[in-house]
Amino acid sequence: MVYLTRKIEFSAAHRYHNPAFSAEENRRIFGKCNNPNGHGHNYVLEVTVGGETDPRTGMVLDLKELKEILEREIMNRMDHRFLNYEVPELADQIPTCENIAALIWKLLAPKINKGRLTRVRLWESSDLYVDCYGDGAR
Amino acid sequence: MKLELTRCYALAASHRLHSAHLDEAENQRIYGKCNNPYGHGHNYVVEVTVTGPVDPGTGMIAHLGDLDSYVTREIIEPFDHTYLNKDVEAFRDRVPTTENFCMEIFERLKRFPGAQLVRIRLEETGRNSFEYAGQKNGDEHD
Repeated sequence: MVYLTRKIEFSAAHRYHNPAFSAEENRRIFGKCNNPNGHGHNYVLEVTVGGETDPRTGMVLDLKELKEILEREIMNRMDHRFLNYEVPELADQIPTCENIAALIWKLLAPKINKGRLTRVRLWESSDLYVDCYGDGAR
Repeated sequence: MKLELTRCYALAASHRLHSAHLDEAENQRIYGKCNNPYGHGHNYVVEVTVTGPVDPGTGMIAHLGDLDSYVTREIIEPFDHTYLNKDVEAFRDRVPTTENFCMEIFERLKRFPGAQLVRIRLEETGRNSFEYAGQKNGDEHD
C-alpha cells in the first residue's frame, strides 16, 4: 500500500451560531466566531489516497484526475463562499473545522474510485487542523 | 465518522542533556554539544491531538477555549521560558530529551476532561520531532 497526498487551498467565510441557543449563550460558547457578519479563513486541505500502484503507470491514481475531482467537488463548492449560506449541506450545522472535514470526506469518498480515500486533513489556520478518517480505523 | 482535532502551541525553553548514570566522557561522547554545562534552548512546537464525538450543538470535538486554557495551565505556564533541568521537578533526575519531554506532556494532558487525548507531537526544531500516544495495556513505562 502506498499513499499520495494532494494539497489545495480555498478561502471561505463562516459564522458559528446555533439558533437553539440564546444570543447570550451563542456569544459565550462561540466568542468572536459568533460575529453576525461572519469572518473567514484560508483553509488548506490535504487529501490522502492509499492503494496499490497500477503496474503500467506506476500510479495509485492519476494526480490530474484527483486535481479535477478536488476542483469540482471542493473548490467549486467552497472557494470564496460564505459556508453557512452557500453550502447547503452545512446550512443546519455549525461550520466548524470538524463538520467541514466530515463533509469533505462524504463528498470525496464516493468519487475516488482508484485507491481509497484514507485521510482528509483540513487546516483552518496554521495552529489548528482536523483529520477525518471516515469510518475506517486509523 | 472518525475525527481528530489537532491544536499547535509554541513554547521556548532550555535544557542540557546529561545523565547521572554516565561518566563525564560518556556524556560528552553521547550528547555532544547538547552536553554543554550551561544548557541551550529551543522553540518547541507542541501539537496536541484529541478525539471524541462531535457535539451536534456546537459542531466541536472539544471547545478550543477549554483546550487552550487547560494546555496553558498544564504545559505553557510550567514550561515556557524555563530551564527544564532545574525549573521542572520531573527533570531533576531524568534527562530532558525531547522524547522524555514529549511523554511528560502526554502524561500531563491525558486527563483533559473535554475530549480524549490521542497523541502529542513535539517539534524540537523544524528538523526533529517526536510523537507519543501513551503506552499499550501492560506496557507501563517507568
